[in-house]
Amino acid sequence: MPAEALKCKECSTRYPLEARYVCERCFGPLEVAYAPCGSSPEELKRRIQAGPHSLWRYADFLPLDCTPRTSLPTGWTPLVRADRLAERLGLGEVWIKNETANPTHSFKDRVVAVALARAVELGFDTVACASTGNLAGAVAAHAAYAGLPAYVFVPADLEPEKILSAGAYGAQIVGVRGNYDAVNRLCMEISGERESWAFVNVNVRPYYAEGSKTLGFETAEQLGWELPDRVVAPVASGSLFTKVARGFQDFIDAGILSGDVPAMHGAQAEGCSPVAQAYAAGTAVCRPVKPDTIAKSLAIGDPADGPYAIDLARRTGGSIDAVSDDEIRAGVRLLAETTGIFTETAGGVTTAVLAKLAEQGEIDPGERVVAYITGDGLKTLDTVRGSFEVAEIEPHLEAFQRGVVEGTPATSALREAGQGAAI
Amino acid sequence: MAVTIKLPTQLRSVAGGAAEAQSDGSTVGEVLEGLYAQHGELRDRIAGENGELRRFVNVYLKGEDIRFLEGLATPVTDGDEVTILPAVAGG
Repeated sequence: MPAEALKCKECSTRYPLEARYVCERCFGPLEVAYAPCGSSPEELKRRIQAGPHSLWRYADFLPLDCTPRTSLPTGWTPLVRADRLAERLGLGEVWIKNETANPTHSFKDRVVAVALARAVELGFDTVACASTGNLAGAVAAHAAYAGLPAYVFVPADLEPEKILSAGAYGAQIVGVRGNYDAVNRLCMEISGERESWAFVNVNVRPYYAEGSKTLGFETAEQLGWELPDRVVAPVASGSLFTKVARGFQDFIDAGILSGDVPAMHGAQAEGCSPVAQAYAAGTAVCRPVKPDTIAKSLAIGDPADGPYAIDLARRTGGSIDAVSDDEIRAGVRLLAETTGIFTETAGGVTTAVLAKLAEQGEIDPGERVVAYITGDGLKTLDTVRGSFEVAEIEPHLEAFQRGVVEGTPATSALREAGQGAAI
Repeated sequence: MAVTIKLPTQLRSVAGGAAEAQSDGSTVGEVLEGLYAQHGELRDRIAGENGELRRFVNVYLKGEDIRFLEGLATPVTDGDEVTILPAVAGG
């Protein structure tokens, strides 16, 4: 499927495959259009299976002239069967796509790998981004690997773990006094003035977005070339959510998979839920909001792909739901306790929405469900702070016996002694 | 009220290459009408058939999205700055 043009999602005007992201006629977003696939499904599958264990095994479906010779090994993350989680939720078959296994611990490595490769092909000499956190680390790391300078713009009040981990790669971190939407707006203005800078999610955004399709490709391949029945994925801008479905659709169109795109369920935090609100109101117009949620990586108050996310959810028999900050914390805990996967708040949102759908009886126990855990709990440690106690004892067997073994609950003796350490 | 309008790169080709324009009016909507009067082609790019903004066009008054204010009816004062930008969001 060679890429052949950029095409407006609103009015279908076509443009050459260069660094543009907005239709000049109607301001609609541009996306990559491909020529029909000339290969048989068997040949495509053979090429995929002969490829590297990274997202580049799907190069036939990505918008690059050449597959990069080297890049940080990205993608081909584990798809983990989550039987204990399924049991807790009364479901039959639940799988977790564990994106914390990427080089910078989130799915953003996928979109950056594709955007950066395309930026190099287009001759840019600097990479940049507007980020809610995870993108910052991904851009900084991939730029470091490629030897390109990077500028990373984030809200100044972002979690310190995300700022520190991005700064470690040597990128210039710019903390902007404002929310993500203000950061994004500033980057759009800067990108208009800096012609040699590739803002991965602004001027090369159509290529960037294609990286998320590989989540759909991998899921299907890891399920033995089969489609799930339902998908739960987080919605911030709506890009990942719509592109996962596009990945499934691309494989269906190429004859690699048979069946329909799964029911797509989007997950938002109540404190930033413009898409869920529009979905509930039966409209496709997302009224922007001022985000106030612990799920900062999903805190986009003005989601550009919101209308497409809503359309997708309706078309596939899915939904867009929202959960509270307390439900998000409980979701982080539930996933960690039942699967051994510690997710950041966005994954808490996804898990909480999965739990909500299960509770509401939306999911048949015979269905196969895939939930996308897009980022790592180590980046949002405050979420679990205070949720348990450490039993701190003197280094004596007796102290262990008294403080831990006999303590019911485990730390009661210590708390009485005033030695319990709340974390 | 004299207001400065900042144009995104995507619109400059139909505004004689200018990055800014001056316009008059008492609301954001009137200011935009004044802009269309100067550069006729801009109307089609920014507004739909009903005169409302196209859904991927964002307009800001002194940095605030006008959807958080009173939309096109938001009053403007002398010397204000209106910015037009495409809606695009990453994360």
